[in-house]
Amino acid sequence: MSAGRSMEKLNCTVIESVTGPITRLVAALIALSAAVFVAIVLTAAWVPEALAEEYRFPIQDRWVATVVGTPTQFAADLTPVERIPFRKRRLRIFADRELPDVIFYNRDMIYTVALQKQKSAPVMFLIAGTGAAHNGSKNMLLARAFYEMGYNIVSLSSPTYANFISSASSTGVPGHVFHDAEDLYRAMQMAWDAVKGKRTATGFAMTGYSLGGFNAAFVAQLDSQRKVFDFDKVLLINPPVNLYNSISLLDRMIENIPGGTENYDQFYERVIQAFSDVYKRNEDTVSFDEDFLARVFLAYKPRDEELAALVGLAFRLSSSSLILTSDVMTDFGFIKPKGYEIPRHENLTPYRQVAGRVGFTDFYHDFFYPFYAQEHPELSRDGFIALMSLTSITQYLRDANHIEVIHNADDVILAPGEIDYIDDVFGARARIYPYGGHLGNMAYRDVMTHIQSVFRE
Amino acid sequence: MKTLRAYGAVLLAANLLLTNGCASNRQDMAQSDYPQPLYPVERLVPEDLQDAQAEIYDPFEGLNKRIYSFNYYFDRTVFLPVTNTWRRYVPYFARKGVSNFFNNIRDLRTLANSILQLAPEKAAQSAGRVLINSTVGIYGFIDVATDLDFPRPSEDFGQTLGRWGVGQGPFVMIPFLGPSNMRDGIGMIPDLVLQTEAYGGFLAKPLRSTIFVFDAIDTRSQVPFRYYETGSVYEYETVRWLNSVKRDLDVAK
Repeated sequence: MSAGRSMEKLNCTVIESVTGPITRLVAALIALSAAVFVAIVLTAAWVPEALAEEYRFPIQDRWVATVVGTPTQFAADLTPVERIPFRKRRLRIFADRELPDVIFYNRDMIYTVALQKQKSAPVMFLIAGTGAAHNGSKNMLLARAFYEMGYNIVSLSSPTYANFISSASSTGVPGHVFHDAEDLYRAMQMAWDAVKGKRTATGFAMTGYSLGGFNAAFVAQLDSQRKVFDFDKVLLINPPVNLYNSISLLDRMIENIPGGTENYDQFYERVIQAFSDVYKRNEDTVSFDEDFLARVFLAYKPRDEELAALVGLAFRLSSSSLILTSDVMTDFGFIKPKGYEIPRHENLTPYRQVAGRVGFTDFYHDFFYPFYAQEHPELSRDGFIALMSLTSITQYLRDANHIEVIHNADDVILAPGEIDYIDDVFGARARIYPYGGHLGNMAYRDVMTHIQSVFRE
Repeated sequence: MKTLRAYGAVLLAANLLLTNGCASNRQDMAQSDYPQPLYPVERLVPEDLQDAQAEIYDPFEGLNKRIYSFNYYFDRTVFLPVTNTWRRYVPYFARKGVSNFFNNIRDLRTLANSILQLAPEKAAQSAGRVLINSTVGIYGFIDVATDLDFPRPSEDFGQTLGRWGVGQGPFVMIPFLGPSNMRDGIGMIPDLVLQTEAYGGFLAKPLRSTIFVFDAIDTRSQVPFRYYETGSVYEYETVRWLNSVKRDLDVAK
């Protein structure tokens, strides 16, 4: 079944509960059209592209957009993956790190590189979103967009990805904005050093989506002090503003399970059934990032509440790997008894069952916060929550002219008012679309054109 | 025949070797000498939990997990370097030709099994494919049938057994090959006999004994799966379950 055919059956409803930002956006659009009109009159030149500014992404429901993404016929036409020389590489970040036996295979950081044919070219670092891999479909989409612009691509997994936690995290517990930035910065330097001999970089840029966009903001801030790369341009795509707000929203999505969270298992079974149907039809790779949802959707056609629950469930799938990995890396005693070393070939089912039921906020309060609290004795729980937020570097972001943002006014991971914060802090450097959900419109032609144009100055 | 005997031996070994790997069920964890974790199983997981992923019959789990990691090492040190070299240095049309050749043999397998399953439509489709590709397609090197929009069903002896009511039996990780189950593992033997006979029909002797190597390279280079790279630390459990679901669906198809 093609994405297109199922789209026709979709009942796209109007966006709700975002009237505030929309009014502002309408005002902004009116001002923009006035400016465009004046520009046209002044130059007396008819520019058809000016009309293309009108945003026509086909899915208006934010949950449908988030789950389904951009239907193929509306997606940007980029160089196909087969035509780009993607290479998977491995790197030992910490030379003498002893890894717990149960995750022995995650000793080296795995990442993806694509080099241009010519010797000198700019370098683009990519950072994946929550739980996603260096070669997940969204990073690959961005890689295609930037490779055809002439960038060498160095694509990294999210710091929340099990392989990154085990191989490249200095603490073993991801989510701390400043530690994650240090870890990413170190990984980027080592990753680039590994190819440096073969290529000369004419400049450096960085793009991250979702949590990766959030990470990129802090990496950019770190880079402004250390100047190793001295990024020319940084793009944040649909980043969260406050980490705790976003994980609370994700936990609440799970509560949308029909009949309440006590029906978690029945709901999971139904999703699995839908997944089986999808699997029956196409036998491609088994990967558990956010786009596993899109495939399930085609078989399942759920209601909005169920879609919300699905988004929450997909994040649970990645958090359940994160939780066990961090627990064995630090021997914290969160879901595994403290002091107990899980043997390499042990049955992990009980851990999977527990980890799938632990909320993001449970993890935050009972593992993440106590683990880092000793580093920040001066901070209360709320103070710590405020630190793990773009608001803790607002002044830097206000002044950093090389950082741009794209976002959607109806993004499902933003708390009320957070889109206004983006608008306020980044001003003209933020492009906020009226709808598109969380990353639903990233592959959309006009959005992709804008993403590329950010790096074209 | 040597290969066949090796398979038989492996399957027999899998059958006989009861391993001690499955250590941590609910009781064992509760009884352990370690302090309770913050979130123990008892606190979050209901006693009567229905968990399809956990219900796959896997009495040889310890051995299977060892074979799983053996396959990972074999993949990284031998298999993938070979398939990468194959993809890098053999031109596309040659690789495609080799794939087509093996697919033609696999279509023959589908034909035989479709007959055994009393599935006339699939039998006719695969018979048509084999006839056209073996003749016009020059021993199968050119896939003319697909260009003519012939459907391509896929049936093996494991599915035939399933069609007649044989259950999957325990999950089995097969060395070098990957996840399977007792029924499908045993089902490989008649399929392999048929394949060997088919090669005997037109291949010279030295080629007959090395052809399996190329079959393996061709098969592996078309499977994007990489051990321990799904990003899930529960990968073995998930692969085991997906394999079972998939094989049930294959039989039902």
